[in-house]
Amino acid sequence: MIDFNRRRMLLWAATAAALPGLCAVSPARAEDTVKIGLILPMTGGQASTGKQIDNAIKLYMQQKGDTVAGRKIEIILKDDAAVPDNTKRLAQELIVNDKVNFIAGFGVTPAALAAAPLATQAKIPEIVMAAGTSIITERSPYIVRTSFTLAQSSTIIGDWAAKNGIKKVATLTSDYAPGNDALNFFKQHFTAGGGEIVEEVKVPLANPDFAPFLQRMKDSKPDAMFVFVPAGQGGNFMKQYAERGLDKSGIKVIGPGDVMDDDLLNNMGDAALGVVTAHLYSAAHPSQMNKDFVAAYKKAFSNRPGFMAVSGYDGIHLIYEALKKTGGDTNGDKLVDAMKGMKWESPRGPISIDPETRDIVQNIYIRKLEKVDGELYNVEFETFEAVKDPGKTKK
Amino acid sequence: MASVLTNLFDGVAYGMLLFVLACGLAVTLGLMNFVNLAHGAFAMAGGYICAVLVNNSGWPFFAALPLAFAGSAAIGIVLERALYRHLYMRGHLDQVLFSIGLVFMSVAAVDYVMGSSRVFIKLPAALEGQIDLFGVGIGRYRLMIVVICGLLTLALQLILAKTRFGSRLRAAVDDPRAAIGLGINVPQVFAFTFAFGCGLAGLGGALSAEILGLDPYFPLKFMIYFLIVVTVGGSSSITGPFLASLLLGIADVAGKYYVPKMGPFVIYTVMIVILIWRPNGLFGRTAAR
Repeated sequence: MIDFNRRRMLLWAATAAALPGLCAVSPARAEDTVKIGLILPMTGGQASTGKQIDNAIKLYMQQKGDTVAGRKIEIILKDDAAVPDNTKRLAQELIVNDKVNFIAGFGVTPAALAAAPLATQAKIPEIVMAAGTSIITERSPYIVRTSFTLAQSSTIIGDWAAKNGIKKVATLTSDYAPGNDALNFFKQHFTAGGGEIVEEVKVPLANPDFAPFLQRMKDSKPDAMFVFVPAGQGGNFMKQYAERGLDKSGIKVIGPGDVMDDDLLNNMGDAALGVVTAHLYSAAHPSQMNKDFVAAYKKAFSNRPGFMAVSGYDGIHLIYEALKKTGGDTNGDKLVDAMKGMKWESPRGPISIDPETRDIVQNIYIRKLEKVDGELYNVEFETFEAVKDPGKTKK
Repeated sequence: MASVLTNLFDGVAYGMLLFVLACGLAVTLGLMNFVNLAHGAFAMAGGYICAVLVNNSGWPFFAALPLAFAGSAAIGIVLERALYRHLYMRGHLDQVLFSIGLVFMSVAAVDYVMGSSRVFIKLPAALEGQIDLFGVGIGRYRLMIVVICGLLTLALQLILAKTRFGSRLRAAVDDPRAAIGLGINVPQVFAFTFAFGCGLAGLGGALSAEILGLDPYFPLKFMIYFLIVVTVGGSSSITGPFLASLLLGIADVAGKYYVPKMGPFVIYTVMIVILIWRPNGLFGRTAAR
């Protein structure tokens, strides 16, 4: 019996020892195709994130072809339904069995974090195209992000509000990590600018009805309310906001732009008009590049691209450019080095990768929801240029 | 003061909505002794039927509501005849496994056909906004819910207590064998009752899209609320779930308003306290069936 147990333990130990070794070997065995393991939530509540990114990558590859530096690009798409356990398993399979050269995607923060140690062990770049918590890029030297951090938009809207005559703010945020992040960064910058938080309400994540919370907001009579709810709930929130007459009592809605995602806007109805948010991308961004991007995306997928689509588009662009720079070499360290400091013009405006943090540096725009040609758009009216992530731990 | 009344009204509206959504479950669980966890799927069906009719086919909202009822009831009767019927005599575990499977199938099917994002129903302008009644803000949409649900409750109570069908149903529930002996077509009565319960759920689903939000995960997200209503209310009559819904609706809204930090737990606390006090629910039968 003892013998058996010991043998089993040995076996486990051997497996455990072999695993990182296996991972490390795989990317070196380069063949002609470059494989990108794309892990996205394609089903479940976050599915719209996954679909946007997947669409954008398809679009990019249609436009730019599927060969870079003499090597063919192959995307292997896996659905993790935003469950971190799945993400980890899928990332492992992709690295060990499919021998991918990149892992990319990651709809939510826990998913990106679950894959981080694997990227480190396998020494392959992990391109984060959606998840938005600041700590992510600190978890592995192989993580590069093309989406955004919540701190970028939340601090900017805090600064903007304090400077634009908003004195008293009530906050309504969903009670989960991104919601709390958004709240804290906003609070820091808004109160530092002289503003006052008169009411702070955290809404449960699975919240059926906003009525009582909104009534509380109304009774505390703020100049504006700062809102962060998960993308899907934004529409419900705005409808109930109008139903309760908060729009008429002069309480403005401000927040980070996630709530006003482009692919949800037309569902919200006119109640949402006038909402001011800070964000990285609007489909109404007035550059020629963006106009072409929006037109091509609409033609291919018959709806409007949102900020997740742009993050995916830039993510695949980053991979293409890094490969060009290394001349097709898929060594993880060389690729990440190639990505550091890279600058380019994206549909969202000029962006770059911070060489120190491997996080994205981008313009944050203050936008107001307006009706343009019968459709609702976030119209940008003020730009904060080249915003780095303010949420990184101070060193 | 005004906001107290507004909260009370919101709570009543929320409770009424819960009642319409859950009373079908009270019927199947309490009267027919069938554990149907797929109840929310019928509510979702009603919601989507209404959404498609209003948004895509341009039907007026009030014309689409009865169709949401009829559509869900029709789906209900088809499934009852085809599937549910075979499980009446099986144990509760089989029923639970079967109906939860049905829930997952409905979630996947709706996700595939309609997409996973939230759906909104375009409302007529008359239902938007609030009216000011002696300084108390009353949401028009919520007022409509209270009116519709109030009338429905009255009608249900009358049907059960005063009509021939009601007495047949009660007889069939109390003692199916004796009822069959008296010439009552028990399977037919049950099938009809089941379909009616599904129809009510469908109507509830259509009404709740505006307040609770409608997406493919609806049946999973709100299953717990339906079950709370039925457990707290007891499942032997309509009155029990009705009062339970009102109580839970008001407690939930008040809890979230006055103690927002505790907000989400209030509804569960109320449930636990009531069940300790009366394990069979407010109006439960004490005798085991």
